[in-house]
Amino acid sequence: MPKDHGIGASPKRREDVRFLTGAGNYTDDINVHGQAYVHFLRSDVAHGKINKIDTSTAEGMPGVVRIFTGADFEGVGGLPCGWQVTDKNGEVMKEPAHPVLAQGKVRHVGDPIAAVVADSLEEARTAAEAIELDIEELPAVVDMGKALEAGATKVHDDLSDNLCYDWQFGTDTETTDAAFAKAAHVTTLELVNNRLVANPMEPRVAVGDYSRAGDDYTLYTTSQNPHVIRLLMGAFVLGIPEHKLRVVAPDVGGGFGTKIFHYAEEAFCTFAAKACNRPVKWTSTRSEAFMSDAHGRDHVTKIELALDKDNNFLAVRTDTKANMGAYLSTFSSSVPTWLHGTLMAGNYKTPAVQVNVKAVFTNTVPVDAYRGAGRPEATFQLERVIDKAARELGVDPIALRRQNFITQFPYATPVAVEYDTGDYEATMAKMEELMDIPGFAARRAESEKNGKLRGLGVNCFIEACGIAPSNLVGQLGARAGLYDAATVRVNATGSISVMVGAHSHGQGHETVFPQVVAEMLGIDESMIDIVHGDTSKIPFGMGTYGSRSLAVCGSAMVRATEKIINKAKKIAGHLLEASDSDIELKDGQFTVAGTDKSVAWGDVTLAAYVPHNYPLEDIEPGLEETAFYDPANFTYPAGAYACEVELDPETGKVTIEKFVSADDFGNVVNPMIVEGQVHGGIAQGIGQALLENCAYDENGQLLSASYMDYAMPRADDLPHMANYVVDHSCQTPCTHNPLGVKGCGEAGAIGSPPTVVNAVIDALHSGGHTHVSHIDMPVTPSRVWAAMNSQ
Amino acid sequence: MYSFDIQRPTSVADAVAALGTDEALPLGGGQTLIPTLKQRLSAPSVLVSLSGIAEIKGVCTGDDGALCIGGGTTHATVAREATGYPALAELAGNIGDPAVRNRGTIGGSLANNDPSACYPAAALASGATIVTNTREIAADDYFQGMFETALNEGEIITEVRFPVPEKGAYMKFEQPASRFALVGVFVAKYADGVRVAVTGASEEGVFRWTEAEKALSSNFAPEAVDGLSVSGDGMISDLHGSGAYRAHLVGVMTKRAVAAAH
Repeated sequence: MPKDHGIGASPKRREDVRFLTGAGNYTDDINVHGQAYVHFLRSDVAHGKINKIDTSTAEGMPGVVRIFTGADFEGVGGLPCGWQVTDKNGEVMKEPAHPVLAQGKVRHVGDPIAAVVADSLEEARTAAEAIELDIEELPAVVDMGKALEAGATKVHDDLSDNLCYDWQFGTDTETTDAAFAKAAHVTTLELVNNRLVANPMEPRVAVGDYSRAGDDYTLYTTSQNPHVIRLLMGAFVLGIPEHKLRVVAPDVGGGFGTKIFHYAEEAFCTFAAKACNRPVKWTSTRSEAFMSDAHGRDHVTKIELALDKDNNFLAVRTDTKANMGAYLSTFSSSVPTWLHGTLMAGNYKTPAVQVNVKAVFTNTVPVDAYRGAGRPEATFQLERVIDKAARELGVDPIALRRQNFITQFPYATPVAVEYDTGDYEATMAKMEELMDIPGFAARRAESEKNGKLRGLGVNCFIEACGIAPSNLVGQLGARAGLYDAATVRVNATGSISVMVGAHSHGQGHETVFPQVVAEMLGIDESMIDIVHGDTSKIPFGMGTYGSRSLAVCGSAMVRATEKIINKAKKIAGHLLEASDSDIELKDGQFTVAGTDKSVAWGDVTLAAYVPHNYPLEDIEPGLEETAFYDPANFTYPAGAYACEVELDPETGKVTIEKFVSADDFGNVVNPMIVEGQVHGGIAQGIGQALLENCAYDENGQLLSASYMDYAMPRADDLPHMANYVVDHSCQTPCTHNPLGVKGCGEAGAIGSPPTVVNAVIDALHSGGHTHVSHIDMPVTPSRVWAAMNSQ
Repeated sequence: MYSFDIQRPTSVADAVAALGTDEALPLGGGQTLIPTLKQRLSAPSVLVSLSGIAEIKGVCTGDDGALCIGGGTTHATVAREATGYPALAELAGNIGDPAVRNRGTIGGSLANNDPSACYPAAALASGATIVTNTREIAADDYFQGMFETALNEGEIITEVRFPVPEKGAYMKFEQPASRFALVGVFVAKYADGVRVAVTGASEEGVFRWTEAEKALSSNFAPEAVDGLSVSGDGMISDLHGSGAYRAHLVGVMTKRAVAAAH
């Protein structure tokens, strides 16, 4: 029998009551008395010199409160980058200024030039059309290869070139070259990890409010991490001390990474609220989102894999160009380096792994973390090149992977990280079982009878989650700690509010976190509520990204609950006239070990707040504890994925017939929510593999600027639920956090893109198209058809 | 959206009168025009809504057996009621999504003549007659290039008359993002010959593939199209497919439409 409560149970998501009945409170639902509205005038050219901005006519238009330009932000800080990467020569990365509103130049389509604050949004838009702009268009730098050529147009005139950093990591060149020199076989693959737009269902929104009476500010914003925004915006941009700045991220309709970052619009609304002495609201349109939300991925890579005569992996070497866009977004610099290079060993005991990354400025929207962030890029390269090697060597791709698995833990990779635990053989075997690999030949024959090609793709993945040990990331250039925090506030009658630093924007924390506390205390989950998303209510936490909420913030919550239990036992010991070391807590009852003397949870909590019979000389009244938790290591979820595709050779259209994931997430608190996370992650991975393509033309115009051209995955792009199998029964608990959990938020998006592409290549080869060794994502029908006919 | 006045006439005559003013635009189901207004890409001073005009709504059979559809009839109504012309009903049932189908109208679609819309292929392949408040226009004369038609300013499509073929089918290969036709082919077999109309592919908008019509008129079978091809020159080439790919799909979709014709 599955559990019906506590850890391991799957209660329905309690937050869904408000989300599904329209009772959610999103940022756009927040309206502050007297608020004005801002419309941003954005650049329609990718690169240009601002010769003149004349706002005089616009300022006289109806409803206009004030018009701001870059000049209003002189002396105000720019948007900071939160991670300083040091390159292979010991030089720190180039860090160009990122003004809130463009100063002197515009550098991408969508770069904000002016902001019109007016009584209504329509009046703001109309006035913006009356702003006279003289922008001298300059040649745009779009292609990364061209951006790095000598004499290329510079995105930032004050930098020497468009190279942000040239980073090298892992095994030294001499050792790596030696491994390649003795290889019996080398497989080389050049590939693109396509640029994506996250497209959370809720576009970004910001409402800035300022009170003259207290000289304090409130920013309501669509954020995954309100404390990070308070720190970055308060300390680095606007110079507002933290006690005068409250940041609230209420219900947030999906983030996927793109709502981690501190954006210009947030700083603007906060700044303008004081300047105008009125609350100022901005709501992104979907069109604005395409050109102002940070994009994801956009790597171009050459990867080489060296094998010995027995097909053992000897070395991996990569050479990647990573697009930064026009400015450094908050965590942009860390994605192609520390979130990518450290995963290039994958699940394999390859002795030499060297990663080279050049980060490049271009006249495009800034690129930053998107679900998986760096790890999907690493997984895609490695699992594609292994598949190509298997094909070149004529060996079974599953056997080749198996042969090279890491089997001893802990395992220190050549790329700095130490995997604490795992069992890659177990997930591979589970995947094979669920996919019915032996039955594939018959299914392929059935497809061929219908004029279709059928392909099977398999791959493994590993990710580093639960970011991260603060002292380690500090050495690597992070400008923040990456602990998290929780306060457990027990009320007099025993109900509990848990204030957490993690933020829930779809993850289901309000359901899952109480399951943990309820399990520890032996009380009903309905007695526990989670509070999150408001810096005035919660302890200083770093928020939600990198599959860290349960592994890091959940650990803080466990530590705080342990403190509660320790204190409650002291109170119970007093009430029961026993030593607290003899007190046991079970099912909400404190019992003196070996006796039938007990006192209930509620009696103890009441005593804490009504301390008439209470050891006041030993302990304070009240029952509230806070813990900060800084993890000792990352966590390392891993798994094996497989899919079967059917390919229509007449049109090139690929359909996913079946997808199987066998994940190892360590212990699982709520299986239903884990499965939902993986379903969603795989949907986004399939989206990247088959559909999504953020494309610019050579002038830096965004071609995929709306849903008319940017293809999001829809239900009918995915397999039927019966053939969309997500399994997490293989569990090697994390060794260093109290719950033994690893995180599940990103796995699906990390593991699935190579699965799909491997399956497509397999299908093409089965149809005799053996000259096709790779197709770049998205694998659209037109690209498949072009590849089939490329001979 | 800029400010505008809206008029809701209940007769074609009143609508025509209302459209006589400067900068007035007719509003059908609004599935193209409303997004355009929201983007501030159009600034009419008056919108004349046609959705209150009962006389241009509905599906019926004419004396000559043709299926007659009022210009203001929604796609959902056609999908439900054009049972006399199953291929056309199926086409209507696969336009956009339910929200689009419950607002968008056949008259609006044909007046807009989006090069990737479905209805133009049906009208051209069926040799339909586009009836307006002033005249009747043969489909062969009506479509005049991307977003271009024979309509005059202020002219309203009141009805579209579709001769019902012995057999017909529409095959759409969807553009993955918009799910408009990347290539759509409508094949209609009449006693006096076969008509094949292609949407989504050409820079000139919907067109007849006369070579295939000839071959299919003598042998209405998929293999009759073998060896025939349209040129990739003049085909739309974009993010979603080259002109050569679209030209290839014209052949594939034509064969599939023939195979599916019923």
